[in-house]
Amino acid sequence: MGRFKVKKQDTFIDMTPMSDVMVLLLTFFMLTATFVKEEPVKVNTPGSVSEIKIPANNLLTIFVEKSGKVFMTMDSPDGLRKLAQAMNEAGKLSLTPEEVEVFAQAPTFGTPLNTMKGWLASDVKNELLTKSKEAGIPCDSVNNELKTWVSTAREACGESMRVAIKADKSTSYAVIKRVMDSLREIEENRYNLITSLKGVEE
Amino acid sequence: MAKKGGSKQKKMNSRVDFTPMVDMIMLLVTFFMLCTTLLKPQTMEISMPSDKEDIKDENRNQVAASKAVTILIDENNTLYYFKGKPDGGSDIPDEGKLFETSYGKDGIRKVLLAANPEAVKAVAKLKAEFATKKTSNVQEEQKVKAEYKERLNKIKSADYTPSVIIKASDGATYDNLIQVLDEMQICSIGRYVIDKFVDGDKAKIEAFKNGTAQ
Repeated sequence: MGRFKVKKQDTFIDMTPMSDVMVLLLTFFMLTATFVKEEPVKVNTPGSVSEIKIPANNLLTIFVEKSGKVFMTMDSPDGLRKLAQAMNEAGKLSLTPEEVEVFAQAPTFGTPLNTMKGWLASDVKNELLTKSKEAGIPCDSVNNELKTWVSTAREACGESMRVAIKADKSTSYAVIKRVMDSLREIEENRYNLITSLKGVEE
Repeated sequence: MAKKGGSKQKKMNSRVDFTPMVDMIMLLVTFFMLCTTLLKPQTMEISMPSDKEDIKDENRNQVAASKAVTILIDENNTLYYFKGKPDGGSDIPDEGKLFETSYGKDGIRKVLLAANPEAVKAVAKLKAEFATKKTSNVQEEQKVKAEYKERLNKIKSADYTPSVIIKASDGATYDNLIQVLDEMQICSIGRYVIDKFVDGDKAKIEAFKNGTAQ
C-alpha cells in the first residue's frame, strides 16, 4: 500500500522551473520582436543572395507598387514629424500642428502634395492609397514630387539617413528607372534595394 | 480521522496546477519566435554603386578597354550580352556580336565567370584563407571580417576584373534587374553600372531576332 502511494505522488511533475524558463524566453522574444509596419500594398520583393542587413533606424523607404504607384514611409513617427515640419518650412505643404501629428502616425503616405490635406482628414488612409487613381507620389519629368520629398527628408534627417527602394518583383523597369533617375538627379547615389533572401544555386 | 483527512486535502491544494499557464506561455513563445525569425530574411539589401554623371563618363571610357561586357535585359525574361564595343573595332574575337543567354548558373553566370577567371580564383583563395581564421572572440571576429571585406573589395576593383554595363529595356521587370545584379555579386564583379537602354541596343536585338546580325 505504501508503494502505491509513492507512485501516485510521482505523476505530479513540478512545472515551476519550466514555467520560469518559459517566462524568461517569452520576455526575451517580446522585447526583441519588431513588428512590420502596415503597408498599403503587398509588395512581393525579389530574391537575392545579398546578405547585408537593412539598417534598422533612420530609414526612408520608397515603395513601388506593381502598377507603378510610388509611396513612401519612414521608420519612426519622429522622422515623419520632422519631414512634415521641413515640408512646411519649405513651403510645399501648409499643415496645422494637428495635421502634422496625424501625418507622423500614418504608416505610409503617398499622395500628390495638393491632395495631402484631404488625405490626412480621411479615416481610411490605406484604402485611399490603394484604390484611388490619383494616389501615389508623382515622379515623372513634368511633376516630380519624389525629388522634393527625398531631398527634404535628407535635410530634415541628416546625412545618416538611408534611402531604400522596395519594389514588387513584377514592376516594370520603366517605373524603377524613373525612381532611380529622380534619385540620381538629386545626388542620392547610395541607396538600398530591399530584397528577400535566396540561396545561390550551385 | 475526519480532521486528518481535512489537513491532507489542504496540503494538496497548496500545489497550484501550472499546466494551463505553461500551455499559454508556450503558445506565446512560439508566436513571438515565428514573428522574429520570419521577419529577418525579408529585409535584405543591395548597395548600389554611385551613379554620378562624372563617374559614369569615366566608366564609359573604361568600356573602350577590352574587358567590357554589356548585358541587355529585354522583355519576357530574355537576356543578351556582347563583349567590347557595340560596333567592334578592336582585336577581341566576337566583339560586338550579340549572344542570347539565360538567367541562372548555366546562362549569364557562365559567361561572367569565364570573363573573370582571376578574380574568381582570388576570391576562392581568400575564402579558404579566412575559413581557418574563425575565432570565438567577438572583437577579433569583427576585425577578421573587416579585413576580409577590404581584401574582397580590392580583388573586385582590381584591374583584371571586367566592367559590366547593364542596360534594361522598359519591358524588363524589376526582378530581372535584381537577378542580374545578383550575378555581379556571385561572380565577384565590383565594377558595374546601370546605363540607359538606347535605340542602338534595341536595333541590335531586333537585328539578332531577324537573324541579320553582323
